[in-house]
Amino acid sequence: MSDEKFEVIIVGAGLSGVAAALTLARNGVEVLVIERGDFPGAKNLFGGILYSGVLAELVPKFWEKAPIERHIVNRRWVALDVDSQVAIDLKSAHFDKPPYNNTFTALRSQFDRWFAEQAEEEGALIICETTVEGLLTEGDRVVGVRTGRDDGDVFADCVILAEGANALLSEGAGLRPAMTPANRVNAVKEVLALPSEIIEDRFHLEGSQGAAVEYFGGAVKGMVGSAFIYTNRDSISVGVGCLIEDYLGTKTAPYELLDEFKAHPSVAPLLRGAKTVEYATKMIPEDSYDDFSDLYADGIMLVGDCAGLVNPSIHHEGTNLAMASGVFAAEAFLEARKKRDFSRTGLGSYRSRLNASWVMQDLKHYRGTVDFLRANREFIDSYPRITVELMRDYFTIDDTPKTEVRRRLIRKVRDEVSFLRLMRQLWQARKNLI
Amino acid sequence: MAIDVKDYLQPHVSLSISERLDLVRRRFTDESHIAVDQEAFRNDDDRAVLYICPAQVFKLNEEEDSCIVNFEDCLECGTCQVARRYTSWRNPKGGYGVTYRYG
Repeated sequence: MSDEKFEVIIVGAGLSGVAAALTLARNGVEVLVIERGDFPGAKNLFGGILYSGVLAELVPKFWEKAPIERHIVNRRWVALDVDSQVAIDLKSAHFDKPPYNNTFTALRSQFDRWFAEQAEEEGALIICETTVEGLLTEGDRVVGVRTGRDDGDVFADCVILAEGANALLSEGAGLRPAMTPANRVNAVKEVLALPSEIIEDRFHLEGSQGAAVEYFGGAVKGMVGSAFIYTNRDSISVGVGCLIEDYLGTKTAPYELLDEFKAHPSVAPLLRGAKTVEYATKMIPEDSYDDFSDLYADGIMLVGDCAGLVNPSIHHEGTNLAMASGVFAAEAFLEARKKRDFSRTGLGSYRSRLNASWVMQDLKHYRGTVDFLRANREFIDSYPRITVELMRDYFTIDDTPKTEVRRRLIRKVRDEVSFLRLMRQLWQARKNLI
Repeated sequence: MAIDVKDYLQPHVSLSISERLDLVRRRFTDESHIAVDQEAFRNDDDRAVLYICPAQVFKLNEEEDSCIVNFEDCLECGTCQVARRYTSWRNPKGGYGVTYRYG
């Protein structure tokens, strides 16, 4: 590979890298994607939801050909305490027709492989089993990458880092702030095999309909994070993800939390007869908008998880932000190419495209979410618990007069909740949570 | 083929971590991609890497009070080096490490 030169080198064949590769190749750019796994997708993982607005623009009607699992018609948000649950349940036939609310379950080892084939068909070159060990620079300018292969230096006008949440190259090159226990979630997930008929029966679904259930509060012992169950075609994805800081603070092992979640009386019946067929883990970036670096420099751009492009709010979107950033980086390169200027100035439209889009508008809006939750732990700890307890007590039938039940509930709220603090928190929450 | 619902009424049982790791295809090298500063590990009162790693890569050698690194069990999340900077983690050589079937 020595002295090989491409117009663009992309490090990592995940959603952001492949979206960039596909867009570049489609516009006649010589693009090389370097992937360290055996095939694109081999090492890729997510909780389970593919938000597909950008994908539908890149590959119209992808749902007719891509290896996706189910389209989500049912979303449920559940607060758990030790033995009870209170849920908000949204189910809509509105989501039952194209574009299916742009919300699908998928399995990345299979989906990413297909997505990479789409980029290859457009002319992108993808080499696998190759690890990028460092960036090649001339002065301040990135001019290529060093791979682990013999004669492994490859050169390019521009490098796009799409290396994922474990952003070693980005961090090492000073292109992003350090990964810390406060800005990284660890998520563990199991794929549990179940026949599609059992899944449809158990989750009240028909055909390729799917459900996404997120659990808070006691489900993750009041840590900043959540647990989830997503339905695939003939398996379900079950997992937990919490800030590493909180695992450290409570000295909890991620798999212990997962096993306790699976055994919860509200969860266990959904898993009956299901056999674990895969166990996996990844980090999720929860960088705040305020901590973002520029995300581009001379000859280089950062996309997807390594750039920190995940919406940390209840929306928890990442896949769509990853793909959008890949497309914007590709468009910025095409603009730079017209003037043959791949310097920081030449690539500057990457950030302005991000800023002008929903990607940065959303991340800016939710810039304080993680710090808000870290500082107002009642929202993840006592408030969900109290809500569950109030509901349970209100509907407990034991021949107590309802007026007395009501009196007890009001007393409980008065004892456990500071109204002044709650009012102040709700005022802040309007920007951080909703 | 007809599904017999009775086959799916038994409680789900969590596997041990080593049973779970056996479900993931991993190709090994002789060379570790994870290093631990043993001195700093000894000074870590929490011994955090022993529980923070989802794959239980790090085990305590009680006799020597040192950290054993079973790097071939690594699922490549990178959490160890974020939790404790005395671990240093790098990407395994291309083509080695984990391959997920589902992902």
